[in-house]
Amino acid sequence: MGKRGFFRSWPALLAVFAAWVTLLATPARAALEVQITRGQVQPVPVAVPDFLGRTQDEQVLGQKVAEIIRNNLVRSGLFRVIDPAAYIERIQRFDTPPQFGSWRVIKAQALIVGQVAVLPDGRVQGAFRLWDIFAQRQILGLQFIATKREWRRIGHKISDAVYKAVTGDEGYFDTRIVFIDESGPKTKRVKRLAIMDQDGFNLRYLTDGRALVLTPRFSPAAQRIAYLSYATGVPRVYILDLATGRRQMIGEFPNMSFAPRFSPDGRRLIFSLLENGGSNLYEMDLATRRIRQLTNTQAIDTAPSYSPDGRFVVFESDRDGSQQLYVMPVGGGPARRISFGQGRYSTPVWSPRGDVIAFTRMRKGRFAIGVMRPDGSGERILTEGYHNEGPTWAPNGRVIMFFRTQRGPNGGPHLYSVDLTGYNERLVPTPNFASDPAWSPLLK
Amino acid sequence: MWNKETIAPRAGRWLLAAGLALTLAACSSADKPQLDANAGNAALSGGAGQGGPAVPGSERDFILNVGDRVHFLVDQWSLTPQAQETLRRQAAWLQRYPSVTVRIEGHADERGTREYNLALSARRAQAVKNFLVSQGVAASRISTIAYGKERPVALCDAERCWAQNRRAVTVITGGARS
Repeated sequence: MGKRGFFRSWPALLAVFAAWVTLLATPARAALEVQITRGQVQPVPVAVPDFLGRTQDEQVLGQKVAEIIRNNLVRSGLFRVIDPAAYIERIQRFDTPPQFGSWRVIKAQALIVGQVAVLPDGRVQGAFRLWDIFAQRQILGLQFIATKREWRRIGHKISDAVYKAVTGDEGYFDTRIVFIDESGPKTKRVKRLAIMDQDGFNLRYLTDGRALVLTPRFSPAAQRIAYLSYATGVPRVYILDLATGRRQMIGEFPNMSFAPRFSPDGRRLIFSLLENGGSNLYEMDLATRRIRQLTNTQAIDTAPSYSPDGRFVVFESDRDGSQQLYVMPVGGGPARRISFGQGRYSTPVWSPRGDVIAFTRMRKGRFAIGVMRPDGSGERILTEGYHNEGPTWAPNGRVIMFFRTQRGPNGGPHLYSVDLTGYNERLVPTPNFASDPAWSPLLK
Repeated sequence: MWNKETIAPRAGRWLLAAGLALTLAACSSADKPQLDANAGNAALSGGAGQGGPAVPGSERDFILNVGDRVHFLVDQWSLTPQAQETLRRQAAWLQRYPSVTVRIEGHADERGTREYNLALSARRAQAVKNFLVSQGVAASRISTIAYGKERPVALCDAERCWAQNRRAVTVITGGARS
């Protein structure tokens, strides 16, 4: 697949066959769950032997799929993967229950056994069983089929299934990140739109770096990306269709349009438009191209984000003198200020769960990422330092990604993820400097 | 005999004032004409090479003898007295060479968030345009663009650099002599 069919092919060609594997036991996760005490997570010890395969090719793939799963589970912070060198039993058969005693000895609570097969048409099939070592029973068994090109997604799909079975939350591993790749010196930074799998693999550039691009955002179906581009000289919002590669300018306004974001149903786009010495919020119906003005001030109203039910918009405005967060009904109408702490509040993003809003807070020369409830209560800072900016949510509302810029003339930004609890902060691997991350929804 | 206790705070105040003056001097030196990669894209063709006298009406003349940029205070877009002085010179020069068209490029320092800085730098560019228009330059000769924090010229992570980056640069887009 080239640019065409990047996402479209998934439902059509690889048809996620999430078939229940035979021997399925009743799903029960009573015995196996993540313990969270006082914010500190007790990771579940899990064993993930290399997946089985009949041919050498399949065995190599089996090792790689197991590695993807181990990496995902470890990075979530909710699992501890036991070193495969410590495994006593060598799994030989997919259909035979494991020797529970030998896994108990190495203190595994869960065991993932899997096998990989390359089908005659070239597609790759991955099946797994998740065993509860103490209850001595299978918790889950599933198989997935993917095109040869997208075989890594089998590892992500299995990771998501295991994550859900153990934590009760939806997973977030079969997702992508769109971001701005940054190269070159700070005075002449080249910025390119880039997309990669959540774990940093399959990186692909979507623009060539000739035009400055900023603030990409996914549509809810993960098929389109709205972003700001300086391609024509006037900075404007564009929508890129990943399946067709087609780019479309959103409205020919006399002034800069910026800060785009899709509505939860994907039918509308909200953005800022410069006017009156400030910027107002507008919403466009993407089918009819009709636009509607949502705010009318001389202030800078920007960085809008919808609530997941589509009824409200949170945005930042300096209408009261400095950047603060406001919530208003989606049709426009009175906006209510929700941030009242010390400092300036910026880049609000509503959690997919709806329960909190993530933001950037600037105070005394330090930039923090935090969350607060939609009524402004319960403010909690997840990370603070010289410069942290631009949170984006994993689709399960449990993990936040943002960018952090190092000080200094040669400093630049990198992507980081952090758990909603503030624990488990991790660098997200990118080849160059990277900023403005946006996390896709779970892929279909 | 002088009482040291009463003298000291006074001296301190003077020192403070002197420090302030130095800071201001530093600011106005940043307002002085300078050439850098972002100053304009056309070759500095006015005049006999580097260091030679600039041809009146050329881009080089504008940058060296008028000053192509003004600076702003933190999170501000109002024009300082120094900025207004520079812009009066710019307006006079633009009226002397009525075929010249310009683009005002607004910039912010890196100590803000992306979207807000875009809007803030747009306000700065607009403030410069409004001032030039108030001085008699036709609005149709002036376009604006906002770069937010995307195009810094000074790179240290200290106020002396951020102050240089909070700027609006008047870039000649056409009509200058060569």
